[in-house]
Amino acid sequence: MNFPILSTLIFLPLLSSLFIFLSKGKSNNYSAIYISLFSSIATFLLSLFLWYSLDISTAEFQFVEEKSWINNFIKFKLGVDGISILFIVLTTFITPICIISCINSVKTRVKEFLIAILILETFMIGVFCSLDLVIFYLFFEAGLIPMFLIIGVWGGPRRVYSAFKFFLFTLLGSVLMLVAIIVIYWLTGTTDITQIYEIRIPKEYQNILWLAFLSSFAVKMPMWPVHTWLPDAHVEAPTAGSVILAAILLKMAGYGFLRFSIPMFPIASEFFTPLIYTLSIIAIIYTSLVALMQDDMKKLIAYSSVAHMGYVTLGIFTLTKQGIEGSIYQMISHGLISAALFLCVGVVYDRLHSRMINTYGGLVNYLPKYSFLFLVFALAAIGLPGTSGFLGEFLVLTGAFQKSYLAAMLATFGVILGAAYMLWMTKRVIFGVTNNSEIKSLTDVNKSEIIMLASLAFFVIFFGFYPVPLIETFSVSVNSLIDNYEIALKSN
Amino acid sequence: MMNNLNIMLPEIFLSLSIFTILMLGVFIKKSFNIIFNLTSLIIITTIAIIINNPDNEVKIFLESFTRDAFSNYFKILILISSLFVLNSSKNFIIENKLDKFEYPIIILLSILGMFFMVSSNDLILFYLGLELQSLSLYILASIDRDNLRSTESGIKYFVLSALSSGLLLYGCSLLYGFTGSTNFDTIAEQLNTENVGAVFAMVFILVGLAFKVSAVPFHMWTPDVYEGAPTSITSYFAVVPKVAGLALLIKFMFIPFSNILLEWQTIIIFISIASMILGAVAAMVQKNLKRLLAYSSIGHIGYALAGVATGVISGYQSAIIYISIYVIMNIGAFSCLYLLKKDGQYKENISDLSGISKKHPVLAISLLIILFSLAGVPPLGGFFAKFYVFVAVLEQQMYTLAIIGLVTTVMSAFYYLKIIKTIYFDDNVITFDPAKNKFAQLSIILSCGILLTFFLYPSVFNNVAITLFNS
Repeated sequence: MNFPILSTLIFLPLLSSLFIFLSKGKSNNYSAIYISLFSSIATFLLSLFLWYSLDISTAEFQFVEEKSWINNFIKFKLGVDGISILFIVLTTFITPICIISCINSVKTRVKEFLIAILILETFMIGVFCSLDLVIFYLFFEAGLIPMFLIIGVWGGPRRVYSAFKFFLFTLLGSVLMLVAIIVIYWLTGTTDITQIYEIRIPKEYQNILWLAFLSSFAVKMPMWPVHTWLPDAHVEAPTAGSVILAAILLKMAGYGFLRFSIPMFPIASEFFTPLIYTLSIIAIIYTSLVALMQDDMKKLIAYSSVAHMGYVTLGIFTLTKQGIEGSIYQMISHGLISAALFLCVGVVYDRLHSRMINTYGGLVNYLPKYSFLFLVFALAAIGLPGTSGFLGEFLVLTGAFQKSYLAAMLATFGVILGAAYMLWMTKRVIFGVTNNSEIKSLTDVNKSEIIMLASLAFFVIFFGFYPVPLIETFSVSVNSLIDNYEIALKSN
Repeated sequence: MMNNLNIMLPEIFLSLSIFTILMLGVFIKKSFNIIFNLTSLIIITTIAIIINNPDNEVKIFLESFTRDAFSNYFKILILISSLFVLNSSKNFIIENKLDKFEYPIIILLSILGMFFMVSSNDLILFYLGLELQSLSLYILASIDRDNLRSTESGIKYFVLSALSSGLLLYGCSLLYGFTGSTNFDTIAEQLNTENVGAVFAMVFILVGLAFKVSAVPFHMWTPDVYEGAPTSITSYFAVVPKVAGLALLIKFMFIPFSNILLEWQTIIIFISIASMILGAVAAMVQKNLKRLLAYSSIGHIGYALAGVATGVISGYQSAIIYISIYVIMNIGAFSCLYLLKKDGQYKENISDLSGISKKHPVLAISLLIILFSLAGVPPLGGFFAKFYVFVAVLEQQMYTLAIIGLVTTVMSAFYYLKIIKTIYFDDNVITFDPAKNKFAQLSIILSCGILLTFFLYPSVFNNVAITLFNS
């Protein structure tokens, strides 16, 4: 196949953002929305086609594109396998939803907002496609610029503080990764990851390089104790920003562990497993307890994200088939659920301009459709069987039990805490007594909101009952990941 | 002999043109416009002459003058950046009544000095070039002679610079005393680590050169001069002499001092780290854009010096790539300053940029690109500049230098973000006069265009830099 489908996928949103940039006038806001919606749906369909035509019976990278980039040094190399394709589809699926959410929630500088979202989409797809460390770093870091602007320009009252914190935390984490990437280049003579997999990095370097990568991924994930930027960023970001942040940006780190840390540094991954277990368990328990005490809905969901990401890291570093499959599943499902929850908060925020839990109460009496959808997502976040959230957590815990009873027990305890904060919030927001007289005059979800939330709800429930399409896609890749890891450990 | 003159053709042409337009300036009344346009023409012609000159290595006049790919590259870089700096500042010069005909002529004289600096292969020629450049710069710094701050900055620059020139000269004489020659190649052969006196001389020369590129701890003049001098002069100071200074530094490390690598390497590492840290920390609290750019330029020189500190050719190449991209970014940044005009007054405080993204979206987005690029965020050009430097630094396994460099990158990102915050996040909206300075707009667009699309051809400067050290 000669058609550069991955490059098209990456640069389609960038091109359409250029198109919007060049179209003139303020009255064009609607046309800007249509252009961006059209292009993002086209990107989504293209990614579905990619998924459809991907050969899932092999763990090889497919649709590989290679182009000389920096002379004799770095190649611009792209490719997908069973793991990355799902993240690409998730990205292209969430982006149109974000654009739809702009219709209701973004009132100023809509054109610029759409441009930022589309440029961000380009960088996100790029992260999941790149097969070269430098290209990966380029896309990984470049995403900071549009996200910084999204939080800072369209955010809430403390937006400046949050935007700075987000930018500087992430940048500080990832410069160490840049050092590690360059060191890897001098050790192996290449930054092409398929070659690095085969060359094997010397044992004495692995630990320190692994830690350098961790510093970047831990901030992005985010893992305790460097998670503090996330609640701030989420609270202040506009709805679409929170959705992208929770649904996709956080997944880059999990993807990074799978694509880089484990295959490139198997010995170090084995060595640092206890550290990751500890951090994950602290993240799960501690942030769940913190989430219990929040008055702000967005903050609560943000902390719950940290806890859910704790399961992901735990699952990845069990280094068992179930654990890793569960992590990937959890990432996809969390991408859908957290996106939906932030959208739900956005829906009522657009109406009452408050994120505080105590502003609301008894919404079920006045906004029945909304309450139903909210309940679906809240239950999915808890991991109720029949929703996609259940399978991810279940697989992760299955994997964890094979390796460490203690970690698994503590993580299971976190599930209970998760149920506690989520149900408590639901009780206070959806049920309970209406104290605020403004709630009575609220209108229920409108058409565009229904489209966003219902499509997310459909997939949450669909993948809760029928996980086969996802698991089939990544299972061969995960198997080969684990096989390679074990071979590397034995040969050591 | 005629052959020799042929090799010096750019310098000869430049000197003759300077004398000619000096005469013209004296005899024609209100000659600024003519002289200015002639200056641009001379610069373009000189570029053409250099490009047409073959760049195989030739040494003439008792091997005191070199013409090679290295010097030609830097000459072209100096000329192109002067062309952009001059033309984008023309409106500013006229509006601030700096339009004396000497202005462009002095700039040409300083360029001539830099030509001799980058071409010199002899301590005496090198010093003559350096002084010609410095003397022109003293005058330029205080060209707005009725303005107290401009005069002050000129005096400050003169006193400190003269001191550093004195140190440099002392170093040169020591070097001559201990090696018995003023020729770079002979010095290189004579020098070794046993020769303590020569190592002593090397320190003095390094101090002088560090002063010229405003590296810490010899940077004290930079913020004051940048702030005090008129913006058109500041932009010249920030770009062109830095290029020449760095070229000279590389040349010294590459030819005369190549045998005492370990001695000077430690010093350069220290200067580099100190510049990066001071550039990042001191810029955080600045309110004046020109002052901020002064500290930012100190930081940037720190990164370029990190490349030099590796002591290998790939490191020098990375420093050359760095300074080239730095030139592009700074021309863009200073051209933006020419557009910040309100009620006929040029604004230079960060707070004057408040909320300009609403009324001047194109200027705002250009500043955004340039500032993120200065901060070194991918995929913009500034990232690649840093990337190549750190590739070279890590090749020599200088991990401390690399990590400090990258951490200061994050710190310096803070103050660039602060400007972006003022432009995009602040609510009160400032409107500037409609921009009339077409050339400044052109340079901004060019600079942004190059920085934005740099990732498409990231090895464009590498290809050139590789050819510079073939000899």
